[in-house]
Amino acid sequence: MADVLLAAEGLTRLFGGLAANRDVSLSLARGEVHALLGPNGAGKSTCINLLSGDLPVTSGRVLLRGKDVTALPNHKRSLAGIGRSYQRTNIFAKFTAFENCRLAAQSRDPRAWRILSDAHGTVALRDRGRAALEQAGLGARADIVAATLSHGEQRQLEIAMVLATGAAVLLLDEPLAGMGSEESARMIELLKQLRPAHAILLVEHDMDAVFEVADRVTVMVEGRVLESGPPAQIRASAAVREAYLGEPV
Amino acid sequence: MKFRASSVALFVAVAAVIVFPFTDSAFYTELLAKAMILAIFALSLDLLVGYTGLVSFGHAAYFGIGAYATVLLAPKYDPASLWVVLPGAVVAAGLAALIIGLFVLRTRGIYFIMVTLAFAQMVYYVFHDTAIGGGSDGIYLNFKPSAALGAFRPFDLEQARQQCWFVTAALLITWWFLARLLRSPFGRAIVGIRSNEQRMRALGFATVRYKLAAFTIAGAIAGLAGSLYAILFGFVTPELLSWHQSGNVLLMVILGGIGSFAGSVGGAFAFVAMQEVFSGWTRHWQLLMGGVIVAAVLFLPGGLAALPGRLKRAFGADRG
Repeated sequence: MADVLLAAEGLTRLFGGLAANRDVSLSLARGEVHALLGPNGAGKSTCINLLSGDLPVTSGRVLLRGKDVTALPNHKRSLAGIGRSYQRTNIFAKFTAFENCRLAAQSRDPRAWRILSDAHGTVALRDRGRAALEQAGLGARADIVAATLSHGEQRQLEIAMVLATGAAVLLLDEPLAGMGSEESARMIELLKQLRPAHAILLVEHDMDAVFEVADRVTVMVEGRVLESGPPAQIRASAAVREAYLGEPV
Repeated sequence: MKFRASSVALFVAVAAVIVFPFTDSAFYTELLAKAMILAIFALSLDLLVGYTGLVSFGHAAYFGIGAYATVLLAPKYDPASLWVVLPGAVVAAGLAALIIGLFVLRTRGIYFIMVTLAFAQMVYYVFHDTAIGGGSDGIYLNFKPSAALGAFRPFDLEQARQQCWFVTAALLITWWFLARLLRSPFGRAIVGIRSNEQRMRALGFATVRYKLAAFTIAGAIAGLAGSLYAILFGFVTPELLSWHQSGNVLLMVILGGIGSFAGSVGGAFAFVAMQEVFSGWTRHWQLLMGGVIVAAVLFLPGGLAALPGRLKRAFGADRG
């Protein structure tokens, strides 16, 4: 198929006797938005945590560009190109929007360990931070302290920080959560813009958004993959309708 | 406006400290030097507590190791070279912090506090119960180290005045170094870790390595303070690394305002001043000190560092 960047093979994660994820396989290709759907507690966030390395797997493999990265901790997976955002906004609240992104870009700087030079002296990192802000539509809000940004802007900043790291794989955990319709529309535009250069996993509850932007949909129920395929197939699936959608879509 | 006011305040304070030894009061000159040494100690702890988010309750261990290293590196019947014992103490304390840090940084929160305390107590008993440093009696530094570089003698620590100025320089350089460090990429990273470690890891930062580096730097600077303390008083006992001392320096940082270097320096000065005044009044001075600290935490949560802002707000209305 397409240019697969990230593949999960049989991911299983047990919490005690409970399987939060059981035998989950999916693949993310450059140029595709892969949506992950499922009711609360279906294991979507756990799945992202397993892919990003925030949680170790009980069994299964994670492959980045065909290379096994299952043993790598989260910061090393990040350096390898897997970026993630969080379901609950997770930014540096006291820093400006710009500093959030500059710091994110700094993670890729081999000279980040210098202790006596000015952090703002490295032009390349400043440019990278600014470019990420611009791309996420926050260019005009660069000098605002992150805590005082609107909720929607904070969600945008989440994405901007991941972009500043230059990640090729984007794992986005409910980027539209709590957003107004106008903000949602802007975020969907952003996702479409990012699609050609990235492989995107989108966990989302907003059905309209998912079916507008997704190239592929995987539905999870109780930690398992119920069905995976193009949006039209998912819409038509009786099993999905019964298990999750509840009513005809 | 605010920047200018604080710059002027700093300038006046530094000038006062430089001029003070001319009063020729040996006692108060020594007390001033002691306050400045404890200020260096407090600064090093604030790097951990205030900026990296690591509440160490065993910071006296590195202060004490610096002090003991200074005495143990010095020959018994000759003055040591300052340029050997001072760096030696810094390296010894930094190395101890590096090794202990490897273990304690595996823990978090309350466990981190307890484990740093436990390691400090271990170091305490090494010096208390073995003959390395004279056991519980402590050990004397018989001569002040010499600052001579070959034939050139830039200053003489035997002179109380010059010694006080040397400590002043050490304090200012430490303060400058730490302020500069915070603006560096490394400094931004540790402040990010305090703010949100999980996100820092997700962004690709090896956060444990950054914390270990901060812990080592803080230990090394505490060692510098310990070394200066040993030179100033010429005498080192295990009490320097007891948990009381770890608690005292934590109180200085809290009193001054966590996460403010100026606050830490102010906290150390306030602590020494209160100790001096209260112990002149009563044997139970620690009771008074405790009362002041409780009051400070209750009524001035940001510590002394928050005082200028508070006063401004209180009196700002009059000026319109």
